[in-house]
Amino acid sequence: MQETAKSGGKSKSANLIAGATGDWEVVIGMEVHAQVASNSKLFSGSSTAFGAEPNSHVSLVDAAMPGMLPVINEECIAQAVRTGLGLKAAVNLKSVFDRKNYFYPDLPQGYQISQYKQPIIGEGEIEIDVDGEAKRVGIERLHLEQDAGKSIHDQHPDYSFVDLNRSGVALMEIVSKPDLRSSKEAQAYVTKLRTILRYLGTCDGDMEKGNLRADVNVSVRKPGDKLGTRCEIKNVNSIRFIGQAVEVEARRQIDIIEDGGTIDQETRLFDAAKGETRSMRSKEEAHDYRYFPDPDLLPLEFTQAYVDDLKQHLPELPDEKRARFVKDYSLSAYDATVLVAERENANYFEAVAKGRDGKLAANWVINELFGRLNKEGRDIEHSPLSAKQLGGLVDLISAGTISGKIAKDLFEILWTEGGDPAEIVESRGMKQVTDTGAIEKAVDEIIAANPDKVEQAKAKPSMLGWFVGQVMKSTGGKANPAAVNEILKQKLGL
Amino acid sequence: MQVDEKTVRRIARLARIKITDEEAKSLEGELSGILNWVEQLDEIDTTSVEPMTRVVAQELKKREDRVTDGEIADAIVKNAPVVDDHYFVVPKVVE
Repeated sequence: MQETAKSGGKSKSANLIAGATGDWEVVIGMEVHAQVASNSKLFSGSSTAFGAEPNSHVSLVDAAMPGMLPVINEECIAQAVRTGLGLKAAVNLKSVFDRKNYFYPDLPQGYQISQYKQPIIGEGEIEIDVDGEAKRVGIERLHLEQDAGKSIHDQHPDYSFVDLNRSGVALMEIVSKPDLRSSKEAQAYVTKLRTILRYLGTCDGDMEKGNLRADVNVSVRKPGDKLGTRCEIKNVNSIRFIGQAVEVEARRQIDIIEDGGTIDQETRLFDAAKGETRSMRSKEEAHDYRYFPDPDLLPLEFTQAYVDDLKQHLPELPDEKRARFVKDYSLSAYDATVLVAERENANYFEAVAKGRDGKLAANWVINELFGRLNKEGRDIEHSPLSAKQLGGLVDLISAGTISGKIAKDLFEILWTEGGDPAEIVESRGMKQVTDTGAIEKAVDEIIAANPDKVEQAKAKPSMLGWFVGQVMKSTGGKANPAAVNEILKQKLGL
Repeated sequence: MQVDEKTVRRIARLARIKITDEEAKSLEGELSGILNWVEQLDEIDTTSVEPMTRVVAQELKKREDRVTDGEIADAIVKNAPVVDDHYFVVPKVVE
C-alpha cells in the first residue's frame, strides 16, 4: 500500500493506472517519422543538408512548379529496405506510391507523395527491455514519403513564413502495432528504434533537429475490455516528452470517462510547458486525403537478390552485439545493454576490451570513462582518452603493475594531460610495490609506532583494515594490497 | 450513383473551389451524370486482373543519390506575391 501512495496514483500492477472506478490499462501505438539519411531528396537532386538559407536547397520539383516530374533516389529505397531488414520485417518486392491530398502552405504540390495500401515494408518486430523484462513490439509497416516544408509563425503578427528546404526530403514512417502498455514502454520503444536506425545508418536519429519525431496514439480501457477510442498526439520530439505526453493524455481520458463522458477521436498537441495535451484540429475538418496512385510514378519493384545483397552488408545490430558481448567478454546483461546503446560507445569498448579482461574493461569504460564524459557533457567522440590509452591502463592493472587506486590517479593524468600510460607510471614512480622487503619495512615501522593498536588487533582481527590503510598511506598507495595483507597477518600473528 | 448537394459542397471544399448556390445545384446533376456513366465499368468482372500501370514495358526510373539541383532561391521565390529574405510570405496559418 505504501508503494501505491509513493508512486502517486499508480496501481500495484506496474502498468495499470488507478482511477476512481478501478484500474485502467493504457494502450499505445506509435508512428515514428524518421528522416532517411541521404545526400539528396526522395524525388529530386537538391540537398538534404540541415540549416541552409531559406529556400536554397529547393529545386523546381520540390517547389512543385508545373511540369516537373519526380525521379526516385535509389539510395532512399536501399535505406528503407535496410531498415526493414533491421526490423526483421517483410520486404515487399513491389510497392506503390500514392498521393495524399491536403492543402497547406508548406505543401506546394497540394499532395504528399506517400505509400498507402502497398508500402515497401510490411510486418516486423522490435525487442524492447523495460525494467529487465524483454518484450516484443510488433511493427505494422514502414513506408516512404516526402517531408513537407516548414512554416514559421513567429516572424510577423499577420503572416507565416514558408521555407521549402525540407520539402521533398525522404521520410520513413514506421508504424507500430498497439502493443505498448505504459509510458516507459513507449519510451523504450522509441529509444530502441532510434538505436537500430543509427546502427543501420539509415537515420541519424537527431530528435532536436526533428530528424526523428513521433506521433503517439493513446487510448485507455479496463483490463480485458476491447480497445477504447484513441487520440493521436502529433509530433512529440523528445523521449522525455513522449513519456509525459502518454501520462497526461491517459489521465485526461480516464477522468473524462469516469465523469461519464466519451472520448472523441482527434489529433492533439502536447504542450510541454503546460504539461497538457490539447485539441489541434476541429472535428468538422475531418481528414479526407483522397489517396490515389501517383500517375507520375510507376510501381517500385526490385528483386529478392537485391534484398539479399543489402542483407549481406548489414552491420551487426544492437541485439546481436549485446549477445556477443555477454558471450565473448563475460559481461552482465546490464553492462552489455549500456555499452551497445550507441554504436560509437560499443566500438570504443571493444577496442579497449579486445585481448584483455572484458569485465575489467567494461568497468573502466562504463564507470570511469562514461561517468566522467557524462559529468563534463561530452560524447565519446570527444573523449580526451583514446581506447588505446584506456587499454594501456587496463593492461597495467591486469599485470599488477599498478593498483586500482593508483589507476584512478593515472586515469586523471591521462584525462587532463594525456600521454602514454606505461611511460607515465614509470616516470612518475607510480608502480605498485610488490617487493616484500620494502613492504615489510613499512609494516615494521607502523607496528613499532603503534603498540596499543597492535594489542587491540590481537583481540579484534577486524583492526587489520586500519593497519592496511596505514601501510598504503606510508607507501603512497603503491604497495600491493594482497602482499600487505599477507605480511601484516603474519607479523601480527593473526 | 446519386450525388447530393452536401457532397458537392464537401468535394468543392476539399478542392478549395468556391461555388455559388446555383453552381452547387447544377454540379449535383453533372457529377451524378459523370459517375453514372463511369459506373458502367462496374459491369466488367476484374477480380483476377492486375491494375494496369503502364502501356509499354518499362521500370520505375531511378536516380543516384547525388546533389545535382537546388541553390536557386531567387528563381524559386520569383513568382511569389510576397517574399521576405527568400521566404514565401503567406497569410497566417497557425492551428
